[in-house]
Amino acid sequence: MTPSSSPTSTRSDVNGVVSSRGVLGVSALRPDGIPKVQGRFAFSSDAWADNMLWGATLRSPHPHAKIRSIDVSRALAINGVSAVITADDVPGQLTYGLITSDQPVFARDVVRYAGEPVAAVAADHPETARRALDAIRVEYEVLAPLVDAEAAIAGSHPTIHPDGNVIRRQRVVRGDQTFIGDVVVEGTYEIGMQDQAFLGLEAALALPDDDNGGVELFVATQWLHEDQKQIAACLNLPLDKVRLTLGGVGGAFGGREDISLQVHCCLLALKTGRPIKMQYGREESFFGHIHRHPARIFMRHHADRDGTLRRVEARVVLDGGAYASTSSAVLINAVTHMQGPYKCDIATVDGYAVRSNNPPCGAMRGFGVVQACFAHESQMDKLAVACGMDPVDIRLKNAMRTGDKLITGQTMDSVAPVERCIRETAALPLPPLLPEEPDVLQLPGGSGLTARRSNVKRGVGWGVSIKNLMYSEGFDDYATARCRLSNGIVTLQFATAEVGQGFVVLAQQIARSVLGVDTVLLEPISTAIGSAGSTSASRQTWMSGGAVDGACRVVRERLFEHVAQRHGLDPLRLVIEGTDVVDSMGSLRFSVAEASRDLVFDETFEHHHRATEELDENGQGNCHVAFAFVAHRAVVDVDVDLGLVKVVQVATAQDVGRVLNPLAALGQVEGGIAQGLGLAVMEEIVLVDGKMRNPSFTDYLLPTALDAPDVLVSMIEEPEPQAPLGAKGIGEPPCISVTPAIVAAIRDATGKDLSRVPVRPQDIVFG
Amino acid sequence: MTVVNATSIDEVVDALRRLPQARLLQGGTDVMVEINLNRAGAGDVIALRQVSELRRWYVDEESRTLHLGAGVPYAELERSPLCNLLPALAEAARTVGSPQIRAAGSLGGNLGTCSPAGDGLPVLSAYDAMVHLRNADGSRQMSIHDFMVGVKRNASAADELITGISMQLTRGFQGYAKVGTRNAMVISVASACLVHDSERGSIRVAFGAVAPTIVRARNAEAWLAENVELVGAIDVSGRLAREFGERAATECTPIDDHRSTAAYRRHAVSVLAERLLLRAATPNTTGNRAS
Amino acid sequence: MTSSQDQGNEFYALTVNGMRHQVQDAWVGESLLYVLRERLGLPGTKGACEQGECGSCTVVMDGEAVCACLVMAATAVDADIVTVEGLSTDGEPTDVQRSFVDAGGVQCGFCTPGLIVAVHALLERNSSPSELEIREAISGNICRCTGYGRIFEAVRQARDTRQQGAQ
Repeated sequence: MTPSSSPTSTRSDVNGVVSSRGVLGVSALRPDGIPKVQGRFAFSSDAWADNMLWGATLRSPHPHAKIRSIDVSRALAINGVSAVITADDVPGQLTYGLITSDQPVFARDVVRYAGEPVAAVAADHPETARRALDAIRVEYEVLAPLVDAEAAIAGSHPTIHPDGNVIRRQRVVRGDQTFIGDVVVEGTYEIGMQDQAFLGLEAALALPDDDNGGVELFVATQWLHEDQKQIAACLNLPLDKVRLTLGGVGGAFGGREDISLQVHCCLLALKTGRPIKMQYGREESFFGHIHRHPARIFMRHHADRDGTLRRVEARVVLDGGAYASTSSAVLINAVTHMQGPYKCDIATVDGYAVRSNNPPCGAMRGFGVVQACFAHESQMDKLAVACGMDPVDIRLKNAMRTGDKLITGQTMDSVAPVERCIRETAALPLPPLLPEEPDVLQLPGGSGLTARRSNVKRGVGWGVSIKNLMYSEGFDDYATARCRLSNGIVTLQFATAEVGQGFVVLAQQIARSVLGVDTVLLEPISTAIGSAGSTSASRQTWMSGGAVDGACRVVRERLFEHVAQRHGLDPLRLVIEGTDVVDSMGSLRFSVAEASRDLVFDETFEHHHRATEELDENGQGNCHVAFAFVAHRAVVDVDVDLGLVKVVQVATAQDVGRVLNPLAALGQVEGGIAQGLGLAVMEEIVLVDGKMRNPSFTDYLLPTALDAPDVLVSMIEEPEPQAPLGAKGIGEPPCISVTPAIVAAIRDATGKDLSRVPVRPQDIVFG
Repeated sequence: MTVVNATSIDEVVDALRRLPQARLLQGGTDVMVEINLNRAGAGDVIALRQVSELRRWYVDEESRTLHLGAGVPYAELERSPLCNLLPALAEAARTVGSPQIRAAGSLGGNLGTCSPAGDGLPVLSAYDAMVHLRNADGSRQMSIHDFMVGVKRNASAADELITGISMQLTRGFQGYAKVGTRNAMVISVASACLVHDSERGSIRVAFGAVAPTIVRARNAEAWLAENVELVGAIDVSGRLAREFGERAATECTPIDDHRSTAAYRRHAVSVLAERLLLRAATPNTTGNRAS
Repeated sequence: MTSSQDQGNEFYALTVNGMRHQVQDAWVGESLLYVLRERLGLPGTKGACEQGECGSCTVVMDGEAVCACLVMAATAVDADIVTVEGLSTDGEPTDVQRSFVDAGGVQCGFCTPGLIVAVHALLERNSSPSELEIREAISGNICRCTGYGRIFEAVRQARDTRQQGAQ
């Protein structure tokens, strides 16, 4: 086997600080690791309370229908059923939503997607609750569903929502709109609907206050304060009467940014006066959260004969499904990233996010850029062929640099080592050829014994991407953290959702580095402190990391002031060395524990990124905060006659700013690559007339251990001056350009013109 | 809802007489999924977990017939000695679900559910296996071909238990191949089993997931027998193998669904049959296992 | 032969991690996964698909790793069941548990208990699994966070540590 990447091979461990103290730069171990491996870590689905009832949701089987009547009487008559609620039981706002409040808590008059909640029940056992759902009689008048995004744009279908069938249209227009390149290539690309498929299903426990005047919710989410705001509005309660604590989160990837069961769970708790536990099964999870937008993108690239990219044209159509969720922001990301990580002065981009009776779509890792990247990277390969160039050379030739103008008119002022990403990826070794007598598990089809070595062709493909970091278009997604130092022990508090990414260990590392302590305790993650913003958009290392760093630095200042005053020194002479406070110009040295004995330093800090602007009608404006870059090279073996693919190896060099925890960083990179692989060759929610055909892990296929490629990683460390810790977010880039790289490799192996992901066996055979 | 934990075949058939609507529960991969997903209703269940008789197997040396209990787990079919007696069945077993599923599931479940995508069924078909059934009145056996009557429908009576399968062992190549869209733990998009009986001079080929039940490509088998000497080692050209695959594929009636398309399925079984026949002609280079 | 009905007056007993547990007043259709988590106070076993397609609920039953969601609890009365909580008798992490943390095999951690049980079962029957044997043995355990790289490394570390210990 090819040796796969290991943390010891990363740049940081070679050049970084050698320390056993778990400071920044080393592979400190996560504090929740041991509880998780022992099964002791409490996920939200593990929450439990005395006297609790089970909640369950009734969902529409139709993608579009009028509700004529709902009869809950037979459900209420079932022994063990405590409550049945519908839209009539929502005391406050009847809708919720991240950007626009357009999604009903329960459908009242009309259902707009198959799976939309219509009612909920509370009962003494999950099975009783399921029987109660079966007993609710809903009379529907089925309507024709709008399932074609083009029909939504054309206005050829009746309006399915008061807000209209187009959620947002955004153009990006820049430069000479009449320009025609010497070389022109074009294509239409399709991206299927991907699911986040986090393993830990949606779950929550709601505890009503004694007087039923408020509620406490333990829930797996990405953004506690946003949930709190939306829930409180629906419950018609003041914010302080809705208190949220993060239940252990079993992955998120964007799928927990929207409300799912939160409002239902709280409503049932307040209605019954008893604790309510709700948890979705896998099938319900597919209906209960938003997905990655399926997209259809036409692109035309104009270049000089030498391969210099001059103009990109694009028409982007994202199907947002029944409700808006974050569609408008996803669209902005797609249209503003259409040039890819390449310098390009002229753009003609037109984008739509439309409403349909398909399941709602919203955030998923990569957020609009995944779709854009599949199109622009497929185009770059076409351009390379048209110009007679190598796929690597054409990308190097056009690689964006710091200081270049983007198609939005924004100046790229992030560190932009695109060329280095490509070169360092290319320098990673290619995998060995298949052995003469390969094990079947090394071949496409694996233990299915479909292929022999002679049936297999190898291909290599490239993908490079640019990804914005943090929220855009004027949104101030600040983060808050609190640091308390006493007797050499730091306690940190923040509302940053730990979804698996490892912020909990990063926060400890920051405190150890800044304050010279070893013991860093973490308060429960809850709304008891100010917002941290969402765990999304590759933003928490930068934003919440910046907040923790800021809070620790303020505490350090207070500590130094105290020590300086006591010893008659200028506080500016004091530094932290290891676990000591040291006078850099004298001999004074004592431990932080000693310096903080019987004292309490307690500071709260908010980190804000620089302000951004909304785009104008031509898509011009400084709408993004910062950017990160990555390159991927994929090697695949394809059984061409059967269309089966084995991804052999993915090599990547990623622009990370600075590696703060090599092991955690590697985990993000490898994990993202697996998700991008899934989109490339297997993952898709199949819809027929608005209905999901495969809402299960039997038929929605995720990569297994036998699908995982060997991954070679080079971390590119050029500290980002804007970033509080010099580190860029690393969560999203790994999953973006790996998808087009794999598809390019399949094209290389097969000679087929593949323009759709996931690539299915029949696409290869008949393509 | 009643759950009966039977400990012997007699207890099972006795319970079946009393509860003819009861579901039989062995590996749980069908019945428990239906219960978990609320699709089973609250019907009665007879659990076979403790019926060790169903997990026995033996070879009748005289007739060279293998008798397999319906509850022998796939994991055991994968291992020695069974994998040496029936390599194609071992290959099929290795493609069933995950290692966890293979530890629990068995051919009895494949037969009882009778899905055309049941991974073991093409092997049983290619082997002309006999299915052994029993109820309180006695036992009977029927050909696998008569047993499978439609999509998820079989010919057993409501009060009958599938006790086992018998197959006459052959000498010569046998192989199985299955197409799925990932490299492990996947439902069959198309599968095939080819058995060369080099003593009697026949080649039998069966396909899964390309028709309402498992398909035996009898016309292609007959065509092959007319064109190739099948006693002893066989010699086939690439062209002949391709034609064999194409002919065999015409005997399938696949459908479009969310897992694949009819056209791809027909194409896939054609390729699988072609490749399996070529392997039968050069059997020394197949069946590598992880070592 | 025993039978259980959901009349509320039946009970059965399970042997989990060496201890007998009485299960009373349960609906007999409950899976072993549900009973472990909701009735026996053993929530370490996780459920993520309810149909044997993710491995999160892997437990060892009579020496074999199986999916607890596919076992009807009322039928497991004769079985010896080991869950993630029962792998260690003294509360200290096992070698496999330790290696998962050290190698970075844990992110969200939801698939982790099932993987830990599956890897223990693997190393019990094969003390020196090859790279491909490792991959095949855990191919029924879906992990959505890690891409498996650090999990393979964790299994290698546990394997190598055991082999060094055996020498």
